[in-house]
Amino acid sequence: MPAVSKGDGMRGLAVFISDIRNCKSKEAEIKRINKELANIRSKFKGDKALDGYSKKKYVCKLLFIFLLGHDIDFGHMEAVNLLSSNKYTEKQIGYLFISVLVNSNSELIRLINNAIKNDLSSRNPTFMCLALHCIANVGSREMAEAFAGEIPRILVAGDTMDSVKQSAALCLLRLYKASPDLVLMGEWTSRVVHLLNDQHMGVVTAAISLITCLSSKNPDEFKTCVSLAVSRLSRIVSSASTDLQDYTYYFVPAPWLSCKLLRLLQCYPPPEDGAVKGRLVECLETILNKAQEPPKSKKVQHSNAKNAILFEAISLIIHYDSEPNLLVRACNQLGQFLQHRETNLRYLALESMCTLASSEFSHEAVKTHIETVINALKTERDVSVRQRAADLLYAMCDRSNAKQIVAEMLSYLETADYSIREEMVLKVAILAEKYAVDYSWYVDTILNLIRIAGDYVSEEVWYRVIQIVINRDDVQGYAAKTVFEALQAPACHENMVKVGGYILGEFGNLIAGDPRSSPLVQFNLLHSKFHLCSVPTRALLLSAYIKFINLFPETKATIQEVLRSDSQIRNSDVELQQRAVEYLKLSSIASTDVLATVLEEMPPFPERESSILAKLKKKKGPGAVTVELEDGKERGELNGGGDRGGDAAIAASNASTPSPSADLLGLRSTAPVSGTTPSAGSLLVDVFSEAGPSATSAGVNDDGFLSALHAPEASDSPLVEGPGDSDSAPPTVASEDPAPPLPESDELLNKFVCKNNGVLFENQLLQIGIKSEYRQNLGRMYLFYGNKTSVQFVSFNTTVSCPGELQSQLNVQTKTVEPLVEGGAQVQQVINIECLTDFIDAPLLNIKFRYGGALQNISLKLPVTINKFFQPTEMAAADFFQRWKQLSQPQQEAQKIFKASHGMDTEVLKAKLLGLGTALLENVDPNPENYVCAGVIQTKAQQVGCLLRLEPNAQAQPGEQMYRLTLRSSKDTVSQRVCDLLAEQF
Amino acid sequence: MIKFLLMVNKQGQTRLSKYYEQVDIEKRPSLETDVVKRCLSRKKEECSFVEYKDFRLVYRQYAALFIVVGISDTENELSIYELVHNFVEVLDKYFSRVVSSIMFNLDKVHIIIDEIIQNGHIVETNKNRILAPLLALDKMAEAH
Repeated sequence: MPAVSKGDGMRGLAVFISDIRNCKSKEAEIKRINKELANIRSKFKGDKALDGYSKKKYVCKLLFIFLLGHDIDFGHMEAVNLLSSNKYTEKQIGYLFISVLVNSNSELIRLINNAIKNDLSSRNPTFMCLALHCIANVGSREMAEAFAGEIPRILVAGDTMDSVKQSAALCLLRLYKASPDLVLMGEWTSRVVHLLNDQHMGVVTAAISLITCLSSKNPDEFKTCVSLAVSRLSRIVSSASTDLQDYTYYFVPAPWLSCKLLRLLQCYPPPEDGAVKGRLVECLETILNKAQEPPKSKKVQHSNAKNAILFEAISLIIHYDSEPNLLVRACNQLGQFLQHRETNLRYLALESMCTLASSEFSHEAVKTHIETVINALKTERDVSVRQRAADLLYAMCDRSNAKQIVAEMLSYLETADYSIREEMVLKVAILAEKYAVDYSWYVDTILNLIRIAGDYVSEEVWYRVIQIVINRDDVQGYAAKTVFEALQAPACHENMVKVGGYILGEFGNLIAGDPRSSPLVQFNLLHSKFHLCSVPTRALLLSAYIKFINLFPETKATIQEVLRSDSQIRNSDVELQQRAVEYLKLSSIASTDVLATVLEEMPPFPERESSILAKLKKKKGPGAVTVELEDGKERGELNGGGDRGGDAAIAASNASTPSPSADLLGLRSTAPVSGTTPSAGSLLVDVFSEAGPSATSAGVNDDGFLSALHAPEASDSPLVEGPGDSDSAPPTVASEDPAPPLPESDELLNKFVCKNNGVLFENQLLQIGIKSEYRQNLGRMYLFYGNKTSVQFVSFNTTVSCPGELQSQLNVQTKTVEPLVEGGAQVQQVINIECLTDFIDAPLLNIKFRYGGALQNISLKLPVTINKFFQPTEMAAADFFQRWKQLSQPQQEAQKIFKASHGMDTEVLKAKLLGLGTALLENVDPNPENYVCAGVIQTKAQQVGCLLRLEPNAQAQPGEQMYRLTLRSSKDTVSQRVCDLLAEQF
Repeated sequence: MIKFLLMVNKQGQTRLSKYYEQVDIEKRPSLETDVVKRCLSRKKEECSFVEYKDFRLVYRQYAALFIVVGISDTENELSIYELVHNFVEVLDKYFSRVVSSIMFNLDKVHIIIDEIIQNGHIVETNKNRILAPLLALDKMAEAH
């Protein structure tokens, strides 16, 4: 057959299409299209009436332009005119244009309806089909009003052609969905059901869609379809592979029709009629048997078509959930697929098994595949398959395998895709809670969760662990000991600090006997985290401190001193300031008795459903089905069964796993507030409004709580700040070794000496943004890797290294990033930095990934410079000069005289000096044009005081302007390094 | 039900799109770009079904041509996967060189799709019957 434009071959159109295809750029394409649009517009507006052929040609061009993705705002009228043509080709283009371009609320509908009416009554089957297609595609209410009565008649009339019946069935379905009130049930409904018996398979295929929809809405009226569907299915399943001729696909008889029949049956419960049921079971068995037979063809199409039916049959078996024999057979069949070489089959098998796991009959059978599923979680190369494996593990989890499954999920979490981490965290938290036999395991699991995926642990999760620890006194000592240990890590997640602060504040006394965790050690540990935490966490810690004063009177003086310090009592944050003031006052004026009453241990939390479960239910997306199915079961267990009787499945699942978990979740406590201290109870809620149980239960916490935590990911991401200035091509280095740092990396480093945020690096593929914050000798840096292309980066890997002696000067910790970066996506990496002693070199950041197969290997210097650890120091002129003189040894001073490379704008200079981290001292230098600064560099080993003086000769001609920069500090290397860094800035 | 069908080349340009659920014309290009990006970036050994928002994508590649179908969860993935193949076989039967012919005969490809899928439901799978209206059309055109 000819390749290009058969029949009347619109030569102009072919030329136009060729032109477009030859366009080298999008701009050229748009230009060519605009030219054509202008031409068509003038033709349509011209005086000369166009003949049908020309009209068709231009409408066809417009259609084509639209299909290329360009907007079309004219030509609709001409298309409508084509509808009344007697020529099939013209009419067809008209209908096509309208189907594709006209939406249901166009004002042309009335004109279109007229044309449709004519075609429907034409008795010409091809015209009728075109008109019906059009109704099905547009399906507006006006169309429904005009044709809802007519179409059922066409559908069931004895003399209607098969192809028209097919179109009429789908057309009616559309109208029924869009305007159910206009499609009146009537005599035709029973005749529609009998279309399942139609001789013509195409008619059956079309009619099933309509019947499935109608019977899901009106099951009783259409229930006769069950026996008809069963007998139709039975005839297909038992037919030989060639019986159905054109409806046989690669030796599989009518696969699509079979799937649709099986899907229709899923609208109904198992047939009550024994004979029908027997016949259906026979069908299902035959389908399962066929899966074991040798294939009739080696073609993948054959096995796919066969398996499509098999999966649909298994769905029906699961839907009935009443035939243990079939359920177990289905499970065994899926088990075979789990190890199949076709990824598609493994994916579908995992998914299908997920629903099988919730059936009491097949739950045990599903469990036997646990090793395979765990293996899939570890080795599948496709993330969507791994996700299914994780879902299945969740679904098959019960008391017998909970420890194993939770451990596997935890270890998967370390490398899991960012997109699914939050859901994974919730699932692990739920399983740990639901199947906890001993609480120490539960506490360990949740703390591990925070350690591994702290960013993804929502507040519900850490609230929940606290609720449980508070309510279970046998786990409190263990919890205190464990959080104490977890807090020893130099960089621990803020959520860990929250849990730690809360638990030590309540139960720190349980471990205070050990000198290694004496009250003061506990306090110092908590307070060492304080400065790196967000405001809400600091507020929580302040509450923990006041609780410490009650628990351990010996810490009172230390804590009062902390509360009294300017950074607390004059904190710019109102909440923190208020807490500091109130707690300080409370601790100094209240008697020990009052203090003990006010700061009494938290009362047990009232019994309630796990907040985590609610959260998981709320989360839509992959796995939602599973969650829904699990739902009933979970609720049953959560409430200890009992009160939700009636549902056999729930009762059974409770019986099969008689749960001590009900203990854990059933939270036996009664009244939330003990009767002994009624007045103190309300005070307590007041004082601890943010950290207390009332906030936790009612969810009063303002959103700031979380949003503050996620601030670095918020929309003010550095990637939106101006573009980087490096356009260099990506260096393609074949070696897997880290590339040497880019030549421009020193320059890039210098850009960040006086600022903490911005774009570090950019080329055609990748953009790296930075956000960083420093406090004392600690720093945290967020790196944002943005994939600028539409293709994913694979094997994405970043390493941070400290070359040479830097290793002993800086302590840098990073988490690995996800190896896949989707096109257009951004991933974040957090780097924690601890400055041990002063240093000169910068850490190296190496980024490797594959883009379209080619290895990209980029090394940069991470902008961590010694000045980041400056603490500004304010001092008066006299002090400054006294210290300046004290630092008069030659090696303590570093000086540079250099040309100004930018203008000498005062404000810019000041901003840069402040950005350096020092305090800019006014009225110190006798010459007002000079700048002096002071600061202390904080390292773990020592503090290095540092003074700076910058003298510009602003009066000189531009081009001759010079600076003299002098640095004095107690350490020669520091003076030199800061001087070198700063000299590049002006 | 089938929500949409896209034919896309390797560069990610949409060659043909057919929607069975109302999607605003302005929103289509971004939806298509997003959908296509997800499918094109996948490797051979990855599975052909992709979770996307609240529905699923089934895709199949033929040389430089990708066909992507968006389906709801009431549809059977494998059957759609093979429906795509059946569709391509029909194209193959009618056009001698499928990839280049599609561009020049978008109207005919539309007719073929309309015979296979209507209103988001499979309506015909028999190749001869799918092609019947098109062959009738050709015959009429030749008669002129």
